[in-house]
Amino acid sequence: MAAKSIISRPVYGTLSPQPGKHHLFVADAEGALAISDLAAKAPTGFFGDAHIIFIPGADGKHVAALEALNPAQFYQGPSFASALPRLKQTLANAHMGLRLYLAGTEGLIGQAMQAALEAGIDHTSIQTEHRGSLARRVQCVHCKGITENVTTQPATCSHCGLLLLVRDHYSRRLAAFQGVCINAEDRSEIPPTEEIYR
Amino acid sequence: MGITFRKETFRNDFTFKNSPEHIRRFPFPFHEDSYMYAVNIEPHVVGPKGSVLENLIDVDEHYVAEMQDRALVLAEDPLRCQSLPHMTLAGWDLLELLMEQQALGYPEHFTLTRDGDRWRWINRPLGIDDTFTFGDVSTLPYGPMEYITRQSQGDFCILDQRDGNLWMDAGMVTTQADWSLDFDIGMNFFEWHAPVPLAHEKGIFTRALKFLTNIQQGKPARRLNWTMTINPRLDTSPENYHKWGPDRTTVTPENVGEKVHLRVELQSFWRLPRSNGIVFPIRCYLIKMDELVTQPKWARRLHRVIRDLPEELANYKGLTRYRPTLVEWLSKLDDGSPTSPGFGPD
Repeated sequence: MAAKSIISRPVYGTLSPQPGKHHLFVADAEGALAISDLAAKAPTGFFGDAHIIFIPGADGKHVAALEALNPAQFYQGPSFASALPRLKQTLANAHMGLRLYLAGTEGLIGQAMQAALEAGIDHTSIQTEHRGSLARRVQCVHCKGITENVTTQPATCSHCGLLLLVRDHYSRRLAAFQGVCINAEDRSEIPPTEEIYR
Repeated sequence: MGITFRKETFRNDFTFKNSPEHIRRFPFPFHEDSYMYAVNIEPHVVGPKGSVLENLIDVDEHYVAEMQDRALVLAEDPLRCQSLPHMTLAGWDLLELLMEQQALGYPEHFTLTRDGDRWRWINRPLGIDDTFTFGDVSTLPYGPMEYITRQSQGDFCILDQRDGNLWMDAGMVTTQADWSLDFDIGMNFFEWHAPVPLAHEKGIFTRALKFLTNIQQGKPARRLNWTMTINPRLDTSPENYHKWGPDRTTVTPENVGEKVHLRVELQSFWRLPRSNGIVFPIRCYLIKMDELVTQPKWARRLHRVIRDLPEELANYKGLTRYRPTLVEWLSKLDDGSPTSPGFGPD
């Protein structure tokens, strides 16, 4: 795990069943395993009030396991972007007593939390569990473009092409880590690229 | 007698200079021959005549040029000025504070007259004479925070206070020492300071937050912070780092005096009356080495501070590349004799 970190870097926990009237889960890929683990600890009938939004990703696994939980609503989407309108509507129509659980990659957790914050949900009330890839969403501080699925340090901005140092400094509002030009002072200095966020 | 405002630039040909009077009043930030972080907060009360503390909101000879530079930055990048939707009332609080303070300190340049909610604001150096309704955004050409901070030196952060924390929820930030308002807006006190090395471990931010959340109306506080900048450039934003970063490779023994600038931030903290927010003006003062070393005490002390600065701090402040050249240049002005206590020149 990340040895030395900084305070703006999100800290994730372990999903656990919360008291509430409705339970909304948003997960991608191996995040499904966090839901299965929660289910093992959940009281009978817990998923009768649950809505699961799941993005299985390329290998398409875990769908059957989640369906077997018999949630009141189950949605499977091809990407987070395709799931977002449904998530926003669900949050907009939510009543007191909705509990939100996010599990999977940091990009998924961050973007779902961003939608929840915009809907007025306090971030400390949201359950999160990181599973799977360490790939990051990175905002280029120079051009403001966001590069998805960054696995290397440094990384090239997919918008303006600058070589970016990926910092641990994180914005919940943008759901992104900060990328700052790593060789701004002397562009001829090209540090080696390492794959560290797999 | 009024201030004579200089015609000067903070970019391209960099014609910025301090007059001899402004060199003497420079807020030199080192009271001893070494530097380490401390919670160096004190009451923001009026100081000696002729100092930058003569008025609680300082206006100086660089006012007009700084406001012109701010307008250029905002035209290029409007994201330098942002206010989350719940912060408009705090913006009006800030407008009132800055109009009152500037009119109080510099009546020959600024006049505020109030008739109930109908206010008239005259800013002579910038040629502004506006009448508006306090609290009615539609009567100003910008939101209240943007309107008044386009007419006030320094960056401004407005902090919302809730849940025992302070939240960076609005700001006008065009002269920053390498932090991004666009990235940090919405963060709490610990989050936006997250990248600062060493200070978290020392408990600095926990103590500072406790102090700041207890600030009372009419009792502002202040502290100094510092860094260095190559060329008198106000806009050393991370947004433009790839444009100004190469300046750091241009320092030579021959041009240190002209190129290297000490950059001091006079930060003050004020409770706002209606919103209960805190406004945090960050007023930036620049002085080139040639100007600074006209005061022998400052030359000796700066040499010792920069020479002995911990590596981690030097890196964070971006000095690493040119520190040896600067220390060598300053060493010739340090005869090893003692320096008197306190900030001021001898």
